[in-house]
Amino acid sequence: MIQLVSFYIFASIVIASAAMVIFARNPVHSVLWLIVAFFNAAGLMVLIGAEFIAMLLVIVYVGAVAVLFLFVVMMLDIDFAELRAGFVKNVPLGLLLAVVLAPELVLGIGAYQAGAVTLGTPEAGAATVSAAVPNIEAIGGLLYSKYVFMFETAGLILLVAMVGAIVLTHRKSHGTRGQSISSQVQRRPEDATRNVNQPVGQGIEL
Amino acid sequence: MELTASLSLVRSEIILSFSALALLLLAAWMDQAGRLISILAVAALGAAAAFTASSLGSGASASAFDGLMVNDAFGNFSKLLIYIAAAVSLTIAPRFLEKAGAMRAEYPVLIVLSCIGMGIMVSATDLISLYIGLELQSLSAYVLASFVRSDGRSAEAGLKYFVLGGLASGMLLFGASLVYGFAGSTSFAAIGLAMDKEVGLGLIFGIVFILSGLAFKISAAPFHMWTPDVYEGAPTPVTAFFASAPKVAAIALLMRIVLEAFGSQVLVWQQIIIAVALMSIIIGAVGAIGQQNLKRLMAYSSINNVGFILIGLATGTEQGIAAMLVYLTIYVAMTLGGFVCLMQLKDKDGTYREEFADIAGLSKTRPALAAAFAIFMFSLAGIPPLFGFWGKLVVFNAAVAAGLLPLAVIGIAASVIGAFYYLKVVKVMYFDDAADVIAESDDKVLVWTGGILAAANSPLGYFAIPVLGVWTAVAAKALF
Repeated sequence: MIQLVSFYIFASIVIASAAMVIFARNPVHSVLWLIVAFFNAAGLMVLIGAEFIAMLLVIVYVGAVAVLFLFVVMMLDIDFAELRAGFVKNVPLGLLLAVVLAPELVLGIGAYQAGAVTLGTPEAGAATVSAAVPNIEAIGGLLYSKYVFMFETAGLILLVAMVGAIVLTHRKSHGTRGQSISSQVQRRPEDATRNVNQPVGQGIEL
Repeated sequence: MELTASLSLVRSEIILSFSALALLLLAAWMDQAGRLISILAVAALGAAAAFTASSLGSGASASAFDGLMVNDAFGNFSKLLIYIAAAVSLTIAPRFLEKAGAMRAEYPVLIVLSCIGMGIMVSATDLISLYIGLELQSLSAYVLASFVRSDGRSAEAGLKYFVLGGLASGMLLFGASLVYGFAGSTSFAAIGLAMDKEVGLGLIFGIVFILSGLAFKISAAPFHMWTPDVYEGAPTPVTAFFASAPKVAAIALLMRIVLEAFGSQVLVWQQIIIAVALMSIIIGAVGAIGQQNLKRLMAYSSINNVGFILIGLATGTEQGIAAMLVYLTIYVAMTLGGFVCLMQLKDKDGTYREEFADIAGLSKTRPALAAAFAIFMFSLAGIPPLFGFWGKLVVFNAAVAAGLLPLAVIGIAASVIGAFYYLKVVKVMYFDDAADVIAESDDKVLVWTGGILAAANSPLGYFAIPVLGVWTAVAAKALF
């Protein structure tokens, strides 16, 4: 019962926030609504027992992708009012696209009603996972045993991405003051401060 | 125990990984030691090549990581070729990059990382290891293309390569997911078993997308559009690298996936390979005619040569695969030699020249360089008695033996068209009035590398045929 109720809550919020992504006037609001949609989709994933995908949705999509969108939308100074101004001009093109897409939709529904495609059967030696094992554990078991070399190589790919980003963007800047950590650490109070017994009525010597 | 056995089978990748990490650490402290790190990287590639070469002659094959990768004669032969090509492109680079103000320590590190990816590509027997290897290689290549970031053309080449390469990776992944869905496995062996029975439409779609993605990586027509721009824009040593090592890796990968995964249904992919081969040969030959830039010319030449190499794959026979490997080896020597000659075209101010007008009458001012360049051009055109002729001969021989006579005839006709622009280079160098812009080369490394490669492409190369014949035959056997 509680599952059914939470399914309808999550599902309706996903649909409502997805609609808001399109209808929101402010692009920043669109991205924020997108984040709401992702969170609720993650809830739906938990309900069907795919907790790993749920976590991926939250960490990757909300944590990285959507925040990146947000940055891009906020950084780029796009005048959305101006973009919308071309609406009337582009109506014929839009209608044409709609006319093309409509038969595709009909075809798609037809294909759906004709039944599912037959997929290949998993190979005989494929790893079978018992339902009792949580799927994070199952993925981890495979990732760190059979795929361990691929996992490490993926690390190398990330290293290449990092080296590449630094090589292509880092410039030695002249004229800026760098931080010298060792001289900062070596500095003692007596080098920097001075106790002065200041007589009244005389100027201070600096 | 299982893991240690697997790790010992991929030892060349492990050697290179540790070297790359150590060199990167070294580079963090010694920012200006690009030359030293280049030498160390060449040494690391040599060590990996020595380990690979030790198991070259044997036909033994061992599967690592539960079928993800394999250590066999085919992979080892390709790896050896890749490491040598990468070492040459490291050796010729320092002077050029110093002139461009970009001889940073990351250049050798990225080449070594790219070689790890290529080693994984040629020994991959699973769609996952295939993709990981390919991405490691491509990502390093994108950075290398725009390595001279102060040069607008280099930055443009990198961006173009990155965007189009990303598109190709997307196509490849889409195809891989379809194949996985309809065959039920990512392993080449299991896909081969699933294809024994019946090939549905979904599987064919997947194969077409995988082949398109790979055709992009080997710059075969109709996915060749990026090649001239990237080859022209990238720094010349990097272009030499692109035209040799990654091409060997991607072609070897294509051979393995086509024969091991889709090998039971030759008719499904044969017509695609034939079409791609013919288009590459013709577009490569015709497209080069109007070019004024020598690097663009070399790009079209590489498209053209990839077409000839694919004829060997279209046969789908062991003889064809061995012929492909022979051609690939000779192609690496020819194309590296061509770029080494291009890199010696410097005027008196030390600026690199790469236009047709600059080499006019080169035979009068720089006879040795002109002779070497002429050898590479004749060899690329496949004119006997140079070594390039042998590569074309064995490939056409295999095609005729497999009953693909029309393909061989069209190939020979197109190679006559292609000979036009190779001969044009020779004609401009030997019979035009001397422009006298090219100064004496001051880089002994280039002179020696060019000399050795020219000797390998001259009729002296035929002495290598017995060894090459045995190695390629053993390597080709590993795929069947």
